[in-house]
Amino acid sequence: MLTLFLLLPVAGALIAIALPAAREAEAKVIALAFTGLNLTLAVVMYAVFDRGIEGYQFVERFEWIQGASAGFSVQYVVGVDGLSAPLIVLLGLLSMVSVLVSWKIDVKPKQYFAWLLILESAVAGVFLSLDLIQFFLFWELELLPMFFLISQWGSGRRVYSATKFLIYTLAGSALMLVGFLVIGFGAKTFDIEALTKTPPQETIVPLAIVFWAIMLAFLVKLPVFPLHTWLPDAHTDAPTAVSVMLAGVLLKMGGYGILRIVLPLMPNEAHDFSKILATIAGFSVIWGAVITLRQTDLKRLVAYSSVSHMGYVLLGVSALGPVGLSGAALQMFTHGCITGLLFVMVGMIYDRTHTREIAKLRGLMHHMPLIGTVFIVAGLASLGLPAMSGFVAELTVFLGSIQAHPAATMAAVFGVVLSAGYILWTVERILHGPKTHDFHDLTDAKQWWEITAMTVLVVAIIGVGIWPAVLTDTVRLGIEPIAKIVEAAS
Amino acid sequence: MTFFDQVHAVGPALALYVGAGAVLSADLLQGRRAAIWGLAVVAGVVSLGWTLAQFVFGVETGALGGAVRVDAFSIYLAAIIGGVVLAVTLAAREWASVLEQAAEFYALLLVSAGSMVLLAQADDLITLFVALETTSIAQFILAGVTRNDRSSEAGLKYLLTGAVAAAILLYGFAFLFGMAGTTSLEGIAVWVASAPEAQRLPLMLAFVFVAVGIGFKMALVPSHAWAPDVYEGSPALVATFLSVASKAAGFAVALRLFYTALGGGDTFIAQDWGKMFAVLAALSMIVGNTGALLQTNAKRLLGYSSIAQAGNIAVGLAAVAAGSTAGPSGVLFFLGAYAVTNVGAFVVVSLVADRLGSEQIADYAGLVKRSPAAAIVLSLCLVSLTGIPPTAGFVAKVYIFNAAVQSGERWLVALVALAVLNTAISAFYYLRWVRTMILDEPRDATPFRASGGVQFVLAVSAVGVLLFGFDPSPLIHAAQNAAAALL
Repeated sequence: MLTLFLLLPVAGALIAIALPAAREAEAKVIALAFTGLNLTLAVVMYAVFDRGIEGYQFVERFEWIQGASAGFSVQYVVGVDGLSAPLIVLLGLLSMVSVLVSWKIDVKPKQYFAWLLILESAVAGVFLSLDLIQFFLFWELELLPMFFLISQWGSGRRVYSATKFLIYTLAGSALMLVGFLVIGFGAKTFDIEALTKTPPQETIVPLAIVFWAIMLAFLVKLPVFPLHTWLPDAHTDAPTAVSVMLAGVLLKMGGYGILRIVLPLMPNEAHDFSKILATIAGFSVIWGAVITLRQTDLKRLVAYSSVSHMGYVLLGVSALGPVGLSGAALQMFTHGCITGLLFVMVGMIYDRTHTREIAKLRGLMHHMPLIGTVFIVAGLASLGLPAMSGFVAELTVFLGSIQAHPAATMAAVFGVVLSAGYILWTVERILHGPKTHDFHDLTDAKQWWEITAMTVLVVAIIGVGIWPAVLTDTVRLGIEPIAKIVEAAS
Repeated sequence: MTFFDQVHAVGPALALYVGAGAVLSADLLQGRRAAIWGLAVVAGVVSLGWTLAQFVFGVETGALGGAVRVDAFSIYLAAIIGGVVLAVTLAAREWASVLEQAAEFYALLLVSAGSMVLLAQADDLITLFVALETTSIAQFILAGVTRNDRSSEAGLKYLLTGAVAAAILLYGFAFLFGMAGTTSLEGIAVWVASAPEAQRLPLMLAFVFVAVGIGFKMALVPSHAWAPDVYEGSPALVATFLSVASKAAGFAVALRLFYTALGGGDTFIAQDWGKMFAVLAALSMIVGNTGALLQTNAKRLLGYSSIAQAGNIAVGLAAVAAGSTAGPSGVLFFLGAYAVTNVGAFVVVSLVADRLGSEQIADYAGLVKRSPAAAIVLSLCLVSLTGIPPTAGFVAKVYIFNAAVQSGERWLVALVALAVLNTAISAFYYLRWVRTMILDEPRDATPFRASGGVQFVLAVSAVGVLLFGFDPSPLIHAAQNAAAALL
């Protein structure tokens, strides 16, 4: 089932590419069908997922590179647990949304939708892999579709931004591979499940160095200050769908890597360095929020707010307790939905007004009440209003981290105040105010694909907000074993 | 051992030599280009087929009075060399049809390849040196085969540096012979195993000379400087042959000389030569990658890239010295993956040089619109050279780095860290080229087509790059068998 989830988008990409030129417009239909199918698969998996047992489910494994005699064998093994199951649903959801918001793409649509589908496969591979080498493989694979999507279908300095994204991630992941090899050699296996049971003790390089070698890659991806500068550039110049994918699921790969690999495999080092992580997190939250306040470009604003919000994930992680870790996992899911929706809205506004300059936008509520309302919903969710998913996640993070790192937590709570500031201020500037003649011929969101894209995300955000158990029960199941390992090490 | 066993043992090399003779005779008697090309292709096919037959039906190990040793290792390399020479011949048909000395080109190519096969089989310092020199002399002429100024300059440069390298190598051999009293590699191995510690210094001198001499074939620092110049000056198809087959032969000799004769892991001298290769690997990667960053000429860039890749493979040699079990097969796997990748890249460069009359990377702008197949294959090869999945290059790099870490030596872990950072640097210039081909607008969008032979070679290369990326097990298996034969 999981292998099917991994391969379906690739099949879709191949079909899209194989379309004759005369029928290239149908690529989007194929992409929608395959992402829809994948979302269904993800939801079914999530529903069938057994919440009574810990550990991995739906595991599929076979030996991929057979070379045990010479000490080089790599297995293919996929599985989900409570940590990755929600992320797979998120991935399915946002992949479909990103196809919907790309409905009007008419420049090389075959290639565009094929890359989008391959991106879904690559990210799915990261979330599903239970082998370090396989994990690394998908981690690197995700770069190619991203690079081409940004550099070919982006705007502004798109090639520069795509290259910057590529180099940051490659430099980050280079040392990750060394870290994986050292761990794998020390423990004689690359299997994440086996490594979690018996974390490596003796390695040829001190584990502290390995910890940072691997951590660096994840911190770049998350991203946190000062490794974040690729993010605003990539977001600003990326097409809407790619921004949705980038903020919605790609950033989560960083948090996921920390929870899945760094903490269980190197719990002692995590304790040694938790103060440093908390400091980075607190600083990232505040710094990201302050920079967000100063943005004049709507898309850059949402991009910087991501830096601030992903700081919460790291803060939850640095607390190293079950509550904080759960908060981090929840924050990953909710931030994916909320920021995904925000980028969708920014894209819709830009499509109509052809500007992202906040100064030029005003009174949009008069012309597009639906877009305005959904933007407000997304904004409120982003600032952590109760009854929306953001609140649940942020509260859990703070509850988990307040005892371990009071100062960093206080800083982060102040970050919430700042985020309320920039969200409400933005809403006030662009949506309200008098009618202007410039925008008199604008139409509201009426197309079915726009309505569908907005609806699924709003339902997800509010659904989790009023019924958090649908998410928290599963997440707890995934976090508990990790928390046990981490607490045992302290 | 009957006469036929002897012939069977050296068959793959023999086929190439006979092919060279036939090509020259046909040229003398008839002079029809198609016939000449056909003969060269037949020679390549027979050689490759013969290698396959040796693999399937087995072969007597020692032949020619112990001068050569035909085992899984030599078969593996003969397959790579035979494959490369066949690919070059197939791709060369159109290009060579306008060449004044087409017959000489094919004949020299076959002679050089035949000697490389012998080189991979050599079990004796004398055979080794003779095979090496035959290969090199044919290549010196090949580099200058188009007879224009740049090509002649490349040939002469190659000749001069090659002569110096050969002299140094021979000097190293003299040391080895002087100490061990034998030219047989096995004899040297026996002597090294029981050599007194006092022989350490002369042994080190010997292997430093040998490494510098062999490094010339591998394009390894400090014998690397010829590569960008010669690649740039010589025809692209000759450069293909130099960069792939020559490198494979060079590393084959290095494995035989160092791993078999000087011993990996368990001899007192192994750490010394391991560290030497670690330093050479580090320098090669740095020199190659920083040099490539600034290049605007496609062949020059591939020249520097070839130096950097030699550095990657030398990481594997260092791992061999440190006793890593995956070391020798890692080197061999890398050579196989590198062969399919680099042949694809160079053949596209040759095609573009032929059609556009330019080797400037800037002129590759929008290549995907003019020849989608060429652009896609070259992109795939460059991605593989960078080491990004799902390509053969990715598996090769992970394999070799894993072998190095596996040895459990800290200096090797540091070397691997340097190597992966270099990979990130290399991504910059490889992917910049990909970007130019796919994203930039062409100045002139007229499409062009490749000839059938070139298309075939490109298809095989692309399939190989992806196949060994998705399912490397068969090649890994072959490499492990080959490595097992070394001891």
